[in-house]
Amino acid sequence: MKRVDQRAWLFLIPALVVLSLNAFIPLMTVVNYSVQDILPGLGAVWVGFDNFENVLRDPSFRGALTRQLGFSALILLIQVPLGILVALGMPKKGWPATAALVTIGLPLLIPWNVVGIIWRVFTRSDIGIVPFLFDRFGYVYNIANSPADAYWTVVMMDVWHWTPLIALLAYSGLNAIPDAFYQAARIDGATRWRTFWVVTLPRLRNVLTIGILLRFMDSFRIYIEISLLTGGGPGRTTAFVSDLLVNRAVGGFEFGYAAALSLIYFFIIIVISYLFFLVLTNVGTSSQMQGGDA
Amino acid sequence: MARIELSGVSHRYGNDEWAIRDVNVVWEDGVASALLGPSGSGKTTVLDIISGLLRPTEGRVLVDGRDVTGLNARERNVAQVFQFPVMYETLNVFDNLAFPLRNQRMPEAEVRQRVEATAELMGLTDLLRRNAHRLGAAEQQRVSLARGIVRKDISAVLLDEPLTVIDPQAKWHLRRQLKALHERTGITMIYVTHDQHEALTFADQVTVMNLGAVVQTGTPTELHERPRRPFIGYFIGSPGMNLLEAEVGEDGVRVGPLTVAYEPGVAKRLAGEEALQLGIRPEYVEASSRPLEGGTEAMVEDVDTTGHSLIVHARMGEAPLKVTMDEAATVASGDSLWIRFPAEHVNLYAAGERIEVNA
Amino acid sequence: MRRVFTPRNVLMAVYLIFLAAPLLWMLSMSFKPNAEILETRALFPQTPTLENYAEIFTQPAWRESFVNSLIYVAMNVVITLIVAIPAAYAFSRYTFRGDRHLFFWLLTNRMAPGAVFLLPFFQLYSNIGLFDTHLAVALAHTLFSVPLAIWILEGFMSGIPMEIDETAYVDGYSFPRFFYRIFMPLIGPGIGVAAFFSFLFSWVELLFARTLTSTAAKPIVVQLSRSLGAEGWDWGVIAAAGVLMIVPGALLIYFVRDYLAKGFALGRV
Repeated sequence: MKRVDQRAWLFLIPALVVLSLNAFIPLMTVVNYSVQDILPGLGAVWVGFDNFENVLRDPSFRGALTRQLGFSALILLIQVPLGILVALGMPKKGWPATAALVTIGLPLLIPWNVVGIIWRVFTRSDIGIVPFLFDRFGYVYNIANSPADAYWTVVMMDVWHWTPLIALLAYSGLNAIPDAFYQAARIDGATRWRTFWVVTLPRLRNVLTIGILLRFMDSFRIYIEISLLTGGGPGRTTAFVSDLLVNRAVGGFEFGYAAALSLIYFFIIIVISYLFFLVLTNVGTSSQMQGGDA
Repeated sequence: MARIELSGVSHRYGNDEWAIRDVNVVWEDGVASALLGPSGSGKTTVLDIISGLLRPTEGRVLVDGRDVTGLNARERNVAQVFQFPVMYETLNVFDNLAFPLRNQRMPEAEVRQRVEATAELMGLTDLLRRNAHRLGAAEQQRVSLARGIVRKDISAVLLDEPLTVIDPQAKWHLRRQLKALHERTGITMIYVTHDQHEALTFADQVTVMNLGAVVQTGTPTELHERPRRPFIGYFIGSPGMNLLEAEVGEDGVRVGPLTVAYEPGVAKRLAGEEALQLGIRPEYVEASSRPLEGGTEAMVEDVDTTGHSLIVHARMGEAPLKVTMDEAATVASGDSLWIRFPAEHVNLYAAGERIEVNA
Repeated sequence: MRRVFTPRNVLMAVYLIFLAAPLLWMLSMSFKPNAEILETRALFPQTPTLENYAEIFTQPAWRESFVNSLIYVAMNVVITLIVAIPAAYAFSRYTFRGDRHLFFWLLTNRMAPGAVFLLPFFQLYSNIGLFDTHLAVALAHTLFSVPLAIWILEGFMSGIPMEIDETAYVDGYSFPRFFYRIFMPLIGPGIGVAAFFSFLFSWVELLFARTLTSTAAKPIVVQLSRSLGAEGWDWGVIAAAGVLMIVPGALLIYFVRDYLAKGFALGRV
């Protein structure tokens, strides 16, 4: 059993030092910016919570946030089951397993801007193969003009890019389930579906937790791939919160607004992640071996 | 309840070495039996073949005379308990027990009745509403076992080293519960273990395996007193049996300066045997500080105490010998000890196989 | 023959086609001249060329940036492991006040939205004189890699019974010796997996890598974006660079494949 010992904090010192340096100081700087209004050439003026209020009242913000929530929910709903299915389908031993591992991992290894670019080439009306294929089936695919096309392409791009993360994590988790559990389920006459629900899924909970949290966090901050693929368009269809952020921070010189937006955004991510974290790690915690009869 | 038989069963995994070769064993209906052997002897393979998790490369599995080799695990209606508790963690104890029954689409009222009856049998009634993962290891194993026997018409309960992860004091409890369960229900039970103590205290019939083959099947007493191979002599009993080189003499079998007397007919029968060995358990060696008639002297090299007896490491001529003596005996290193081998406790082996000399 | 078309196999086949299509397209693009890319849509290059690869291999800018990326990613992996292993040990073996919350806080470092936070990072690293160094990027990336590494390592460590620690003490091992000779070999797979994921996220990260470097430590991801010039994108070269960037990662997957396949439950069994 784990020992109770407050001195365990000592083991954490290297980690805390490194992370504090990176986390604390920039955070304070951003907070600093968020409560000021920086007028180029004239210096900074304290404005208290004005920036925050502006953000919260801004319809652009609410629109972007809504689209963002929709996007993140959608990709989680697609990527998690798909990743698990892929993991279930991957071979477990021998060279096919190696080949599968390497192949499936490839999308993860591509720099994010290249991902955006590839999909751009893929889907451009003039040189892309996707519009070409759709055309053969009688559908006019136009990523620049059709909001639906753009939105679903962005979703597909993210699914293509990140499902392997879930698949790899789930694959490892699956291999850690001892055979005896499946054997017992066979003896108990459980169908494959039932076995999946009572044996496989509960034992995947830990890997899935980290997978879901990572995907949620990253999907909420997605920027470069979409920027390169659709630029946020058409209109605002694929413009999520990061897009808004970059526009205000870089384009519009509204740094105070951008800083406040960042903080609000950060806060939202933390809250939702925390909820995920609580739910996923508390629902039926995996068994702890306790020797002897209680 | 059923009579289980393995006939000519051999198995290999893929193209690997043969895991088990030509196994022929019968477990009578209702027997409490143990499958004993060191790691890698093939015991788990045998168990998985009986339960239907594994289909043997060769041979047949018969239940009550019927060939069930083609049936899968579910169809064979056996219960299997594994080395570590296998629970459906998201379900409570009641639902765990009900699981196999509900898969059979048993009516809920009947499910309830059987679950409660089984829980009562296993002393789990208070825990029925508890979540499975909150139990300790021993309780979880009981639940695993209960889930095995909750179904009707179980042919056998197979246990694969079920006490491996249990704490020592809980082990004893659980062993007694298993024995009690067997007495109450009369189900055929096959208990796989590498621990000879567990095997001998639980089972009425023990099958010893080594290197993929069955070495001997018998009662604990038979295995203890008349092991068929020296290997069993070592493996069973603590400390293991002494094994000494022997020769056939005129009036019996000679081990160094010591002779074990036999009737003349016996000596003649043994005359042609090569590689004769004599086995005797340390607890049966007669030892005394005073001269024994027909015995010989041995030099004491070392004395160990187990807490309730002494294990004397002695040397008779060239041969090392272990003798178990009463704790109160005064023996020390360097002493000279008189020893004698009573014929009724001696086992003779020719080329590794036991020879029956008591006609 | 019927057995081949199971739902599972069909699904896997469809997924693999989906997965491979953009990759194959990228591969094919890397062997085409820009003109052809903009004109035709054939899978096989009609006028295959190695000029894209040639440019990458000959131009020092590409070579250097590739090396730069490798350097800071390697540094990141090393620092991350050094920092994460003891931390994971603490989480795995001890309960202490605030442990779960601390763990969540570690994760929150990964949640900060990019654009705005970049400027303070730039200022911070400039102030401490680390701007445009490999170390800067490596350190900045630890913000993301450490929490994940701790999570993975803690999972592996929890799979090792505490009896082993206790037995070692009884046998007279001092803590450092125990940790180094007994414990670390046991969590080898965990270290491999943690290293892999740290590598992964650091290798492909763009924003911080770009912000904290200019010329001396310019990473390849930045060099890539240089190819997005005003005259149009240098498609062929970008594709070739993309293909080459996959190589180290693919090699790494290959090397840790046993650890990934062996399985980690990230929690006690």
